[in-house]
Amino acid sequence: MTVDAGGPGLAAQADLPEDAAQWSARLRRAGVSAFPPGRLLPDRQPAYVASWIYVFGALTLAALALVVLSGIVLAIEGPTWWHLSRVGLFVNSMHLWSVELFFFFMVVHLWGKFFMAAWRGRRRATWITGVLAFVISIAAAFTGYLSQQNFDSQWIGTQAKDGINATGAGAFFNVLNFGQMLMWHILLLPLAVGLLTLVHVLLVRRRGVVPPFAPDPGDLVVPDGAGTAGDIGVDGTVGR
Amino acid sequence: MSAPATPANRPSRFRPDRDVEEWHGRYVPYDIVKEFTAAFLVVLLLALGLSIVLSSPDEPPVTIKSWSQHAPLDFARTALTELAGTSPTATYGPPYNSTPGVSQTIGPLSLESLVGVHHPVNTALDDVIDPLKTLPADPTLTVAIRRYTSATSKTEQVWTNAYGAALARARFVDGRLVTRPGGYGPVAEMIGELTTMARSGALDGALVSSRQFYGTDYTKPLLFIADGTYMANLAAAQHLQGDQWGMMNETGNFPGQSWLWLYTLWYQIPPFTTSTNADALVWAIMVVLTALLVLVPFLPGVRAIPRKVRIYRLIWRRHYRSLAARPNGTA
Repeated sequence: MTVDAGGPGLAAQADLPEDAAQWSARLRRAGVSAFPPGRLLPDRQPAYVASWIYVFGALTLAALALVVLSGIVLAIEGPTWWHLSRVGLFVNSMHLWSVELFFFFMVVHLWGKFFMAAWRGRRRATWITGVLAFVISIAAAFTGYLSQQNFDSQWIGTQAKDGINATGAGAFFNVLNFGQMLMWHILLLPLAVGLLTLVHVLLVRRRGVVPPFAPDPGDLVVPDGAGTAGDIGVDGTVGR
Repeated sequence: MSAPATPANRPSRFRPDRDVEEWHGRYVPYDIVKEFTAAFLVVLLLALGLSIVLSSPDEPPVTIKSWSQHAPLDFARTALTELAGTSPTATYGPPYNSTPGVSQTIGPLSLESLVGVHHPVNTALDDVIDPLKTLPADPTLTVAIRRYTSATSKTEQVWTNAYGAALARARFVDGRLVTRPGGYGPVAEMIGELTTMARSGALDGALVSSRQFYGTDYTKPLLFIADGTYMANLAAAQHLQGDQWGMMNETGNFPGQSWLWLYTLWYQIPPFTTSTNADALVWAIMVVLTALLVLVPFLPGVRAIPRKVRIYRLIWRRHYRSLAARPNGTA
């Protein structure tokens, strides 16, 4: 006798009435409801999304991907490799410049979203996760500079310690401890940036791209609780 | 028949900086995977080009050995302040030691004092006496250390003050510190031996491996090096001092952490250029500003800025142009 370990048959059975209360089934329904395939990987977008400023979100994500990839190569070879090898120095340069590009694209993206007032229409969480990703990215880059094991690391660490000590955080976040800063740089902070970025992107997919300001919005009326930005072009209500 | 108005369904006024009029207009084809792939290729090419042309900086670190070889007098003077307990590190306060009255405050609040000492540093023991004890048995040095550690603090102070005055006019000749004879007690012997130890490279190892074989914590040697003027002079030559926009810069002609410009800006302007609480105050300002940035969607005056400055008309110019071209104003 064989046991079917998975496949489409089981997926279909999970929607049977007796399984409706299952935690797994509920989670799947919530996921599919929030992120139907067409919203998660869209092939259409509103016609107003027609400006170069929209490219900077994708460029920021692409630069982050390159930061992670080059960082993985540096991690595989270890922290001293790039000081001793020409290939290592090149990979370190790729890591450095992808970080510089990441911040440049992210700042342009942030200002673009500010001038679009992109928090409108129940998109406040999208704005907040984006800003938090920016702030945590600064900490991630800072610990990277502290982990270089060269003059820059020494100088930045000895200068930065006074500010961080003044907040009381220096007791737990010692910028002169190379081992601690390396762990923050290659594990804790990338994890935080990755999670925030994931939530940010999912919120963008769920809420959609913010519509333009109406030419004359002053007379419009919106009922409380009616509509969501996720309903763009679907039910015609005005979201909040 | 319509339902009576209740707080739950009563219409509220449309607020253009908070609400949106949902889109009922046209949708156009959009390939999100293709867009990301193209973006990645662009970033990859840019990073490759910048890496090939500009590489990345890797200025060798300062070691105790390189410091004491290039600036032996600066090393000796700094070591003496560590022994005397008068160096910046020895008088720093939390988290390194409990020197009273030196913690930075925001109003009446001193966060570093609240947290207390977490990385204890006793500069006399950690930087001078304990490393000297690791040297091979030398009767003269052993006697000198015993004499210093058994003396009263007042006697220690007399010796270190006298030797400090002598070091101000000292010379370094043939690998030895040369000072006029004076009442320095054992201090001249100890600092002289420590300088020789530092120039051999042995002090670097002694400071890092004082607690365990695998060392990754460079707190003590970095604090020691930073107490001298050698590293600061190297940094000044690279335009890295605090009044030169400090740590946001990087050695060589590289952009460094330009995203720290706002944090670094405060250190360039009064009252932060002279305040003894500058670090605490600058961090307090940055925390408030960061919180304001996070909370922009909730701040009525700030969230109205985009609508009032009207840069959005540039971003959505095609959309508004298409609206203007339609008689009924629909998209």
